[in-house]
Amino acid sequence: MTSSAAEEVVARCVGLVKRYDDLVAVDGIDLQLTRGECFGLLGPNGAGKTTTVEMMEGLTEPTAGYVELLGLRWGSGQDDRIRARMGVALQETVLADKLTVEEVIRLFRSFYPSGRTVDEVLELMQLGPKRKAQYHQLSGGQKQRVALGVALVGRPDLLFLDEPTTGLDPQARMSVWEVVARYREEGGTVVLTTHYMEEAANMCDRIAVMDHGKIIAEGTPSGLVASLGGRQLVELEPAGELSEATLEGISGIQGVATRGRRVVLTVEDFASVLPPVLARLAERGVGLLHLSTHEATLDDVFVSLTGRGLRDE
Amino acid sequence: MSERYSPLWELTMARVREVIREPGIVFWIFGFPVLMAIGLGIAFRERPPEPPTVAVVEGSPWLAEALDEPERLQVQVLDRATARERLRTGRVDLVIEARGPEPEAGVGYRYDEMRDEGRLARYLADAVLQGSLSREDPAPTREELVTEKGSRYIDFLMPGLIGLNLMGSSMWGIGYSIVLARKRRQLRRFAATPMRRSHFMAAYLLSRLVFLVLELAGLVGLGFLAFGVTIHGSVISLVVVALLGAASFGAIGLLVAARVRSVEAANGWMNFIMMPMWILSGTFFAYTRFPELVHPLLRALPLTALIDGLRAIVNDGTGLAGLGVELGVMIAWGVVAFVLALRWFRWQ
Repeated sequence: MTSSAAEEVVARCVGLVKRYDDLVAVDGIDLQLTRGECFGLLGPNGAGKTTTVEMMEGLTEPTAGYVELLGLRWGSGQDDRIRARMGVALQETVLADKLTVEEVIRLFRSFYPSGRTVDEVLELMQLGPKRKAQYHQLSGGQKQRVALGVALVGRPDLLFLDEPTTGLDPQARMSVWEVVARYREEGGTVVLTTHYMEEAANMCDRIAVMDHGKIIAEGTPSGLVASLGGRQLVELEPAGELSEATLEGISGIQGVATRGRRVVLTVEDFASVLPPVLARLAERGVGLLHLSTHEATLDDVFVSLTGRGLRDE
Repeated sequence: MSERYSPLWELTMARVREVIREPGIVFWIFGFPVLMAIGLGIAFRERPPEPPTVAVVEGSPWLAEALDEPERLQVQVLDRATARERLRTGRVDLVIEARGPEPEAGVGYRYDEMRDEGRLARYLADAVLQGSLSREDPAPTREELVTEKGSRYIDFLMPGLIGLNLMGSSMWGIGYSIVLARKRRQLRRFAATPMRRSHFMAAYLLSRLVFLVLELAGLVGLGFLAFGVTIHGSVISLVVVALLGAASFGAIGLLVAARVRSVEAANGWMNFIMMPMWILSGTFFAYTRFPELVHPLLRALPLTALIDGLRAIVNDGTGLAGLGVELGVMIAWGVVAFVLALRWFRWQ
């Protein structure tokens, strides 16, 4: 691949807005994806991730703005050419209950001008033993693998995954991640929505954090975490009152934030910060109900941006 | 790599498999029409006419004796009040009362002139009475009873029932399952593929036609075995007309399902379309009973065209060449409905 091909833009959203009656689901989004990357939309439920992705998939018409995939714009008379080159796993993919795994994949394969054979898909999804099972007899994880298989059967350039692992057990989640990783080895581009920060951190090269229909931060997972300033966090729950002033003057504290009853300190190295903090609290007579430390995550990024957790509400 | 995939074939096969793997659907497509045909066939089958029921007011034994001819009249001897009460409630068709102890005094008939049974009873009773009082017929008569096949009511009814079934199963079989798939958001997934909606819709029609052949064989076989209804025309013509009819109603089903989102709304629309035709298209009685002015309208209905076509083939042995109008009407409905359905169809 030449360097210009590596930077080929495969998807572009310009000024995307979706309004329902009195609700603004997506409030002006601009995105650009280059070939081969895995791009994540991270945000809590109701942030507008699914609406954004469905506009990108051509399933929902934007109120304003437009989407261009692989150089083609939705609604310009070439929709089927776009569809032939994209794969989609909806938030909940519903397939015909009474068809077998093999029949469903075969059916979807017939829609695409070229692609994988049914056997290749069964192999890729490790669904071989289930090929004769009817869709309604499958477990949630197996259904999700069929949905992925159906999304990949046309050998798409662009794969959309809307909450691909929600409701799956850890093992099933791992197998979904594996399949996506294999697809990416072949040079595929992925758009993924999730409210699991681990998933976003593990799979995505680049992340846009969404809240209330807007992108509030964008960058690589490590870049976003680094933007917090520190790399570690100390979370305290005081028995009484604890004002930020109490901790003033302790070196190594880069930020103090209040989240409910708890106070969160962003620090470079908690080992050097904890002793003076505890000494100061003892000095002021403040007891502690809770004390914990952890490496900064995308969840902390979201909290620092919105004051809420990704899975709050 | 040499695998070949035809979307139309795969979609049609998927539809056929879905239907045969769903026992409930199999019943509604095959079991229900056959049960309905049996039920209606028995209800409307030819029966020897029951003799009218006549009440004789007690007190004149000569009258009861003169009317005693069980083949032609069922006589009950009752007191006057009971006899009148039974006439009023329709349990007897006629009340006869002697005007004196001797026949010469005469009899009085009491009946409802608006009821055919009443008038029939009055004339039959009179004939029996006058006959048994030994009145000579001035002109002897001879009776010839007609029970020829092809002219019985069941022969008229059977093609009507077949037409009705084809309409119902085509519209339900297609419309209902599409609306259900849309409601389950199953169609939404198709919307994200390059599949052509004309393939999707044509697959529904084609799979219908597969089942239609079985359904038709079942109903025609039932008509023959249970009621002795035979096909005077060619079986090929019958299949052609049935296929056209089913395709035409299938297309109307597609049109109903083009946008409807709830199963309830689909139910409503289907009934709204089908119910009037049950009555207007001559299923159970000839539509010629409606004013002549509206006959052209009735003949333009798809069910009328289908049933008229079936009847002409089954009962009169007409060939396809003699059914231009009927075929034209069905084709027109089918094509127009399909084109509109294709234009209005929404995946979600």
